[in-house]
Amino acid sequence: MLKGHRTWIFSTQPAVASAATVVGPFEGKGPLATDFDLIHGDTWLNQDSWEKAERRLLEEACQLAIKKAGLQKEQVQFFIGGDLMSQLISSSFAARTLTVPFLGVFSACSTSMESLALSALLVDSGNAHTVLSGTCSHNSSVEKTFRYPTEYGGQKPPTAQWSVTGAGAVVVQSNEKKTADTGLSITAATIGRVVDMGLTDPFNMGAAMAPAAVDTIEAHFRDTQTSFKDFDLIITGDLGRVGYKIAYDLFKKNGWEVSEEKFQDCGVLIYGDNPTVLAGGSGAACSATVTYGHIFKRMINGELNKVLVAATGALLSMLTVQQKESIPCTCHAVVIERRGEPTC
Amino acid sequence: MSNSKQKKLTPAQKEYQQFANQRNPERPIWSNCLRAFLVGGLICTLGQAISLFYTTFFDFTERTASDPTAATLIFIAALLTGLGVYDHLAQWAGAGTAVPVTGFSNAIASAAIEHRSEGFILGVGGNMFKLAGPVIVYGVVAAFFVGLIRYILMSLGG
Repeated sequence: MLKGHRTWIFSTQPAVASAATVVGPFEGKGPLATDFDLIHGDTWLNQDSWEKAERRLLEEACQLAIKKAGLQKEQVQFFIGGDLMSQLISSSFAARTLTVPFLGVFSACSTSMESLALSALLVDSGNAHTVLSGTCSHNSSVEKTFRYPTEYGGQKPPTAQWSVTGAGAVVVQSNEKKTADTGLSITAATIGRVVDMGLTDPFNMGAAMAPAAVDTIEAHFRDTQTSFKDFDLIITGDLGRVGYKIAYDLFKKNGWEVSEEKFQDCGVLIYGDNPTVLAGGSGAACSATVTYGHIFKRMINGELNKVLVAATGALLSMLTVQQKESIPCTCHAVVIERRGEPTC
Repeated sequence: MSNSKQKKLTPAQKEYQQFANQRNPERPIWSNCLRAFLVGGLICTLGQAISLFYTTFFDFTERTASDPTAATLIFIAALLTGLGVYDHLAQWAGAGTAVPVTGFSNAIASAAIEHRSEGFILGVGGNMFKLAGPVIVYGVVAAFFVGLIRYILMSLGG
């Protein structure tokens, strides 16, 4: 059901049957290591290319989510996924392995929440009762696609971010036909506009994405007549320290009562204060692994009851950067609520 | 950003960019300069040592030793790139590792390694000059014009 201008309210409250996260070794050394299901010791994952390694991450996350939901892959009706590679090769090739009817989606790093929102919409509208939603990114394949070769010695500025190696997948089910339950429900989603504030520096995506995050979160507040006080946590996808600070100050400037406890960023959380990552984490897997691993765990433990996840995405390509175009950005937000205790 | 582009921005974009720029961390220019000076100087000192080694122990003059010296530095940089060390060193050293011949070696070696998965012909062969290619092209063009100017000046003077 549409509410306001661009918010869907899912009246049947589709259930999160299961969630799975797979990460690389660097993420596995970070402060959220205990929240991930599988940590790989090697970024190659026994594959002979970064692209194959990235695909493997998504396959593993999907297979693990299906297993946790007590399902066989044949019981999954649709798979909605996306990634950062050209032609969505990671997701479509993972879908080849899964042999599940597949819809590919792309909104850069906000693909995680775009696919989750669409999965919930499919279930809520009665067009499916079991939908798999997943996304992935790999530090090296992202560097290769969007920047320089991984071993190239170019100095990055303090505003640059570190793409997360990992994948996250969720099985969304209708409450009537669910085979497992984490006790969490998807209750609403707000779809983002594409916002371009004219920034051109691909090494400062946080500043480019911050206005998109604020735009979508404020649209959600307007559409649903809510504010920060109605949520236990509002978390953005990958603004990093630079973008987070800007978004925080934009909320303050616009008169919202924002606090560091209620407003956080996945890109800041995933690596903590590690100076190697400069401004923080990024990539489609950043919001996916932190939300499906860390945030879901805190919700299942009863620490958080209502969370808005606003995944941000910078819709640039190497070509648009070289042609001196500015960076258009978007942000999709999904509300996840805790209904009860998990059951299997 | 150039002034012509700045004019195309809407007032809201201009206001936001100002707002964001106040919150962007500055690039540490002075410490970057100092690091570049130290590391770049160290690499050149190493080059000098290698050059001395060749003139002392082999039959090279100071002039003929420059080629094997550059080759040795290129080899060391390519090796460090392959071992995955060079990019970490470069993040600290900045221009210090980029400007000497080692930076050129790293640009070629890193691109070659990166595209190994696409095969030797189209992958390694087609991509290894992806980053270093412009340096070669414009280096050769610049050398041609400098040579031309020198020739003209010399003929006029001579």
